[in-house]
Amino acid sequence: MTARLRRTSNRLALGAIAAACAVLAVACGGELFEVPIETPIRAKLDVSAFQRVLVAGFVAGGNDELDTNQETVRLLRSQLRSKSSLRVIDADAMTLIEVAQDQNKAAAESEAAANRVSDRELVDKDKTASAAAQPSALPQKIREQKDLEPYDRLFANTAYWKRIGEEYQNPLIVTGSVLFAPRTSAGFVTRETEVYDGLGRRSVVPTRTYMERKGFVLRPKFVFIDGRTGATISSLSRSEEVLYNAQQSTPALSSYFELMDRIVPDFLGTLSSQKIKGTRILLK
Amino acid sequence: MKRATSVLLVAAAVFAASPAFADARSEAKSQVDFGVNVALRGLWREAIYRWEKAVEIDPTYAAAFNDLAVAYEHEGQLDKARKAYEKALEVEPNNAQIRQNYELFKEINDRASQKDK
Repeated sequence: MTARLRRTSNRLALGAIAAACAVLAVACGGELFEVPIETPIRAKLDVSAFQRVLVAGFVAGGNDELDTNQETVRLLRSQLRSKSSLRVIDADAMTLIEVAQDQNKAAAESEAAANRVSDRELVDKDKTASAAAQPSALPQKIREQKDLEPYDRLFANTAYWKRIGEEYQNPLIVTGSVLFAPRTSAGFVTRETEVYDGLGRRSVVPTRTYMERKGFVLRPKFVFIDGRTGATISSLSRSEEVLYNAQQSTPALSSYFELMDRIVPDFLGTLSSQKIKGTRILLK
Repeated sequence: MKRATSVLLVAAAVFAASPAFADARSEAKSQVDFGVNVALRGLWREAIYRWEKAVEIDPTYAAAFNDLAVAYEHEGQLDKARKAYEKALEVEPNNAQIRQNYELFKEINDRASQKDK
């Protein structure tokens, strides 16, 4: 009698577990569907006031193998042509280093003239202060980031950019600075290595090895200027780098495009709405 | 002792299979299924309507929150998408598919909300 009761309760317990599992299986479902989606991202900048864009030119340097100014102007124009609603103005890329040097020279000369006039009235201490106020010289060759910094005042020269805007009928102006410089690095890196055990079974294990690597760093700063007023609307700075095995020889131009590929979506996202394609999983 | 365990198990099964639980879930599931079918045909707004109903009927239905998040993402409603993903993960924190969707979403969301420097 007791044994029969025990068997009955065991059967009941198993039945209950099976029922609970069935309910859970139904509840949890398990079907999944991979679907393509396109996420719209609004432009960060309101450029509705402009129909045209002038990619003017860049203060660029860091590498002698490549004309970074020309390449950047060309690339951004072609991207804007195909991926934004703004009409791209075709014009020669401006050599802004020369423009900045000229402006600096003119500013220094007018400063010197002003000093000559007031020198008669100044005591020695004031003369020193006056000399310090003169615009500092701009580096002729751009080798590193700090060489670019003095050029920033060119982008703040509203009178100059207003004049450029008038010349091209008040477009949105894209300018800025670009550093594209070689970079080397040495240190331990983690790599995946294939290993085989005594039975010939293959597995992949992470191993740390000392490596010398070389590559490039790309640091653009895009400045967006209202061509009607010459004032800066916004700016966007990015930094990307790529490193290869030291024995590998990669042309500067292909590294430049590889790095620009990572940066261009952000640049375009500032000026125009984007749709980012991807896939997601729907569940039932 | 064994009898007590059996009784507890039976009670749990009965609760899980209770009409109220099963009705809410099955009603929500039919909304989710319908939503998936229309989403696969590109009718995302209709899908959103269905999945919103599903989570209203059964707020513990992680799949419904996940699907709703995907649809919000597709419509560019990123704040709503994030909340729906978070809710889905709150219900099922170890669901690999939801987590994968959420990680992909975060990448896009970070890019969209990146401040100009």
